[in-house]
Amino acid sequence: MSRRITGPEIERLIQLLARLPGLGPRSARRAALHLVKNREKLLGPLAASLKETEEKVLVCSSCGGIDTVDPCTICTDDRRDASIICVVEEVGDLWALERAGALNALYHVLGGTLSAIEGVGPDDLNIPSLISRCGPGSPVKEVIIAVNATVEGQATAHYITDRLKDFDLTVSRLAHGVPVGGELDYLDEGTLSAAMRQRRPF
Amino acid sequence: MTATLAVNRITLTGFRNYAQLRLDTGAGSVVLTGPNGAGKTNLLEAVSLLAPGRGLRGAPFDELVRQGDAGWAVAAELEAATGPVKLGTAYSLSDGTGEAAGRQVTVDGLAQKGSGSLGHHTRILWLTPAMDRLFAGPASDRRRFLDRLVLAFDPDHSTRVLGFEKAMRERNRLLAEPHADASWLSGLEVELAARGVAVAAARLAAIDTLRGYAGKPTESGGKPSHFPWVMLTCEGEVESLILAMPAVQAEDQYRKMLHDSRRADAGAGRTLIGPHRSDLSVTHGPKDMPARLCSTGEQKALLIGIVLAHARAVKAGFGGLAPILLLDEVAAHLDAGRRHGLYGELEGLGGQVWMTGTDRSLFEGAGPGATIYDVNHGAIAVHGS
Ligand SMILES: [Zn+2]
Repeated sequence: MSRRITGPEIERLIQLLARLPGLGPRSARRAALHLVKNREKLLGPLAASLKETEEKVLVCSSCGGIDTVDPCTICTDDRRDASIICVVEEVGDLWALERAGALNALYHVLGGTLSAIEGVGPDDLNIPSLISRCGPGSPVKEVIIAVNATVEGQATAHYITDRLKDFDLTVSRLAHGVPVGGELDYLDEGTLSAAMRQRRPF
Repeated sequence: MTATLAVNRITLTGFRNYAQLRLDTGAGSVVLTGPNGAGKTNLLEAVSLLAPGRGLRGAPFDELVRQGDAGWAVAAELEAATGPVKLGTAYSLSDGTGEAAGRQVTVDGLAQKGSGSLGHHTRILWLTPAMDRLFAGPASDRRRFLDRLVLAFDPDHSTRVLGFEKAMRERNRLLAEPHADASWLSGLEVELAARGVAVAAARLAAIDTLRGYAGKPTESGGKPSHFPWVMLTCEGEVESLILAMPAVQAEDQYRKMLHDSRRADAGAGRTLIGPHRSDLSVTHGPKDMPARLCSTGEQKALLIGIVLAHARAVKAGFGGLAPILLLDEVAAHLDAGRRHGLYGELEGLGGQVWMTGTDRSLFEGAGPGATIYDVNHGAIAVHGS
């Protein structure tokens, strides 16, 4: 067994930091050390920010995005073109598309992809809410499916296309320009914008 | 100076019987001699992990961890098509904290997603004693062999095959459910058809290229080889479709076949039609005899002939760079004539070759650029030093 080098509080901080994506145990120790050394400038404000976020974070009941207000900032932004909905797998994809400034539309976050092996079916994703957003009387004229080029992503895209086929709207997809298996998250902003401009009917 | 694709330096950590090993080979060929169990093949296996996939033994990564170590690492400096490059691959055993064990791959220090990108820097082919039964054994072994040949022509092939297999597993699982969603199944079948046709088409294209190098000498225009020429075909339903119609149509047709086979597939618990059932058929040209019916010695010669022809084809299509060849225990089973024929053809290829054997005398004439190493219990020294 390895010997403890700090008290349980800092050990706990390190363990929690190590669970963040991209941080292993080694970088978690480095981050924890940096925080405790900058107690006033960083640790305090970070703790307050974490607390505030924890209290206020919400999932938007309309699009499935994450914000501190519901409906979210994007859904209530009337400068956006409400006739277009861009469907993404995760909030991170939404953020990537927004960063790229690729389009001025509304979004719908699925919360994952269909996966028989992982036991994720249509009702485990925000697919029913997408269907109802596109239902009779809705302003939606185009649904852009911006999912990853993985097997699960593409199967999900086919599924959604099939479910929307009787609706009076266009379903389109990104011109990926990335190899099979490529993921949206890995695309740079220029490529994302280009893929969005060159979207084509599904 | 002629360009070569070569491992210049390789470092093994916690790998099989090697606690720590660094070998500065330069671009020349490498001959590893020593008793059985000394670790010669282990070193070849480490080199083979610089290509996409699971290496020349196809072993699970946790089996490669040296007894008592928490993981393994292979790092190498290569002269690649793209210039000098540092490739690294490592694996750590699960440490019990719930962090998933996994393989990491780096190219010039940058983490990669999967091992597929290694194929953009290296071309590595191998022949091992386990492949002696390739022609008489199960079709899955020949398919894997063929896919490795394809991969050397087309580095995206591994991603394609993995995608196809993924879609198939998804569909099989869905079919096992009592009320599988029809739209979902259709979506998976569209993916399966697109990826399946791409896999089969890449195999057919590779075989077409290979025929020019492994086929009848008068047809291929090459010099007569010490190894018999072969007739190669890839047999399967999807391959037949591609040969009969345009790819888009073949995709549509295969998708329909999958749709119609849902009930049968559900009953069987697997997908009954597709390129995962295809077979590579090899015929001994001069004897007009299926490879599996040839003598053991002839089968070995056929296999070497295919690998050499493939290496020449890769060289021609890869900016004149010959692939790195790993020949495990190959010399021992050849008569003197064929052995020297092999060395001659390897020299003509001009690439880096890694060879192993127990008997040092068999490597006389193995080429002026080759260094002979003595391997003993995970330690390696240049012979005579
Ligand atoms: Zn929203």
